[in-house]
Amino acid sequence: MSDYMIEKIKFGILSPDEIRKMSVVQIISKDLFDDDGVPLKNSIMDPRLGVIEPGQRCEICGNTMRECPGHFGRLELARPVIHVGFVRHIHEILRATCRNCGRFKVPSSYIERYGDPEKAVEEIYRIYTKMKKRWPLLAKRLANTLKKEAMKVSQCPFCGAKQYKIRLEKPTSFFEESEEGNLKLTPIDIRQRLERVPDKDLEIMGYDPKEARPEWMIITVLPIPPLTIRPSIILETGARAEDDLTHKLADIVRANEKLKEALETGAPNIIVEDAWELLQYHITTYFDSETPGVPVAKQRYGRPLKGLVQRLKGKEGRFRGNLSGKRVDFSSRTVISPDPYLSINEVGVPVDVAKILTVPERVTPWNVERLREYVINGPFKWPGANYVITPDGRRLDLRFVKDRKALAQELGPGWIVERHLDNGDIVLFNRQPSLHRMSIMGHIVRVLPGRAFRLHLAVCPPYNADFDGDEMNLHVPQNEEARTEARVLMLVQKQILSPRYGGPIIGGIQDYISGAYVLSSKTTLLTKEEVIDLLSAAGYIGPIPEPAVLSPKRYWTGKQIISMFLPEDFNYRGAAKVSSGKLACNDYECFWDSYIVVKKGKLLLGVLDKKAIGSQEPESLYHFLVREYGDEVGREFIDKVFRIFIKVLEKRGFTMTLEDISLPNEAKAEIKRLLNESFEKVHELINRYRSGELEPEPGRTLEETLEIKIMEDVLRNAREMSGEIAVKYMDLFNNVFIMARTGARGSTLNITQMAATLGQQSIRGARISRGFRDRYTAHFKPGDLGAKARGFVENSFVEGLTPTEMFFHAAGGREGLVDTAVRTSQSGYMQRRLINALQDLYVEYDLSVRSIEGSMVQIIYGEDGIDPMKGIHEKSVDIDRLIERVAGHRL
Amino acid sequence: MSETKSRKSKSSKSQSASYSFDIFKHELVPKHEIVPIDEAVEILKRLGVKPEDLPWIRASDPAVRAIGGKPGDIIRVIRKSPTAGEVVVYRYVIPG
Ligand SMILES: [Mg+2]
Ligand SMILES: [Zn+2]
Ligand SMILES: [Zn+2]
Repeated sequence: MSDYMIEKIKFGILSPDEIRKMSVVQIISKDLFDDDGVPLKNSIMDPRLGVIEPGQRCEICGNTMRECPGHFGRLELARPVIHVGFVRHIHEILRATCRNCGRFKVPSSYIERYGDPEKAVEEIYRIYTKMKKRWPLLAKRLANTLKKEAMKVSQCPFCGAKQYKIRLEKPTSFFEESEEGNLKLTPIDIRQRLERVPDKDLEIMGYDPKEARPEWMIITVLPIPPLTIRPSIILETGARAEDDLTHKLADIVRANEKLKEALETGAPNIIVEDAWELLQYHITTYFDSETPGVPVAKQRYGRPLKGLVQRLKGKEGRFRGNLSGKRVDFSSRTVISPDPYLSINEVGVPVDVAKILTVPERVTPWNVERLREYVINGPFKWPGANYVITPDGRRLDLRFVKDRKALAQELGPGWIVERHLDNGDIVLFNRQPSLHRMSIMGHIVRVLPGRAFRLHLAVCPPYNADFDGDEMNLHVPQNEEARTEARVLMLVQKQILSPRYGGPIIGGIQDYISGAYVLSSKTTLLTKEEVIDLLSAAGYIGPIPEPAVLSPKRYWTGKQIISMFLPEDFNYRGAAKVSSGKLACNDYECFWDSYIVVKKGKLLLGVLDKKAIGSQEPESLYHFLVREYGDEVGREFIDKVFRIFIKVLEKRGFTMTLEDISLPNEAKAEIKRLLNESFEKVHELINRYRSGELEPEPGRTLEETLEIKIMEDVLRNAREMSGEIAVKYMDLFNNVFIMARTGARGSTLNITQMAATLGQQSIRGARISRGFRDRYTAHFKPGDLGAKARGFVENSFVEGLTPTEMFFHAAGGREGLVDTAVRTSQSGYMQRRLINALQDLYVEYDLSVRSIEGSMVQIIYGEDGIDPMKGIHEKSVDIDRLIERVAGHRL
Repeated sequence: MSETKSRKSKSSKSQSASYSFDIFKHELVPKHEIVPIDEAVEILKRLGVKPEDLPWIRASDPAVRAIGGKPGDIIRVIRKSPTAGEVVVYRYVIPG
């Protein structure tokens, strides 16, 4: 057999002749089965339309069910009908050509330019064909404008016939509005008109008459698709259920029969018209059952029938559901769970999964012993094997092999064993929605007990995963090429730096940050036992450095421990996240220890927090570490040092208590006083507004001015200031406060809302006002504009909300939920369109970006040739950092 | 200033093609220039493309009209870029 290449695909319209030529059966019978339930010849179930029973051979092509592609039949229609898919084109051609002679109605400007209409058509045709070769898109535009202009011409330039308006009544009726009134154009009339249009005239309107003569848009012969396209289903009861298309085709055949009868018996015109109309309806809904302006075709039990269009369209349609997205073998899906004892490169795979997913391994002298072991273990004991492929290509299912030991002895070069997934195998791990390339990464398998996939917490950000029930997919590459690609390009550690922005997307989150802060704090002094504990958590084997404190006891600092894992020539300086407000520092003379100084691989000053090791934190200590020492060092830092951070928290204990968010009475009183003052100020504003003293701001109404003043000047201030009061009374080592300051979790706003006051609730940025007339609920006086009546929640979460406050809070919260729901659907749609538009662009070896046809999109990638993954946060070169690396400090 | 502008934009409607103010004075309009034919051939050879493989620009584009570009010309656009300083790109002028 020789190979063929598909060079191009051309779409056209089937002509009646072609339909007849490809048809193997003419449909005559409107019944499908005889009394014994055998499909009738010349019905839409004719066995010549395709073999449906296994073992049978096709009468037409002689193939069995697997090979026979099915064959088309045809139905000769008693009267032609319009194809719904083409009504727009039919309408346009009817309007752009003469009703009498069928010529293209050349607009007067062209006649003026070229002399007479014949010459104009000739000349336009010449220009058009030339343009089509070089600028096909431009030619299309020209054809469209010509067509549009021709539709406006009211007298034929060829025969002088007066032209009438042609109205399309959706979906398939055409009317001509002449002086004598509206005349319905039957498909026969329309077909006659379309037949008259010459090829050349069609071509300048943008049609290809060789592949799509317009009269073929009117159906005279209907192709009957093969049975393979509309298989019947045998229900458990033994009854046959036919495909929607078969039902629809049966309707069409019946309607056609009725029309034929009416014509043959010479029935009155109305009866014929009705039968014709019905045939048109059935054929229309056969193509598109959701055609607007037509009742939806329904199955007997009320389920809407699926037309041909419905098979292709939408998310579950052929394109999006079966071609762009397929269900695949060698894949698995289950719930995910965290496992801090894995490497970031690993994924924990349940044994039950490992026993089903397989990797084909060729037998060689070097692996034959191991593979024999797998075969002996068989399909039910891990690590085993499920199938063996013999050198002559037979697949042996190990479930049914009686003597596996004997089979194992037979193994030798040329055999292939489909063995269970094993530790060290590479797999692809994925979480939807796959919005960026880090949504699918290569992981190394660790087979573990349990039923969930497990992953390291530091890879949550690239997948955007959490463990509230998230599920993920796992795919096993089946050949060496795919496995190599996965290892070299997709492995997690290769994705630490994100190409989305110059910075690490894999890095510290939550407890890793709290742990780093606690460990690197000045107050942390560690005994020898503790140091050993921490270092062994990192798997460290080697000497312990000299302690920083010798007397009264030997103590090591946390900074010393961290320094042991930094490269010896590493320099870094930068403010920590905790450097803000009172604790702000901007150079190494820092009392608060909030300025990080690493010199020659020693952490000399400063605490590590989100700014140093956090995920999605560009220009951080960790970012420079990965950028300058490579992904291997970056991975090792997470796999070792991050485990120390967790160990620190385990030993110290890190939690959140009610105490952390409870305030002393004096603080509460202070906040209460502040809020009351604010309410008073709101009152004053309202009074000034009522008495007309309030001046409107430029461009604003008086009401808007009042709202802005209340919201911005008074109430926002009130929340901010109560937050400050709350924080003022908080201990620096309050757990919640540590988390907020270090960036581990939560913000000062969260603390404020828990401890001090929830503050103003809002909908679309305004105070909550809708509900009852002139008030939110019946608990307030009508027209009350005061703070509490319009959604200011005075209480904190600790204090507890009053019922009315709870409703205000729920109203504000709802807006957030709606927003996210709307945003995700919108951004998903945009993502799909962008990917469809950009997927075939590639970077050529000369660094230019080109489309698949070879056209140039960018002369050099990104117009600067910079890989954003290797640059620094939107900069292509960072000279300051270069100096810092060498000199140990910035300029 | 605003008075002269509005008067000129009115007159440009009737004359259709010519603007009498300099669009290149605006900071967001990059520099456009017509590439001489021999240089254009050189550039196309260097990039390994046919003229129509370059991104297109309409002859009716205000910048093309302002420098008098005709269909078939190659235009050099020099843009400012925050990462690359200056970026040179080429456009192929098409009718329309
Ligand atoms: Mg979740
Ligand atoms: Zn066949
Ligand atoms: Zn005519």
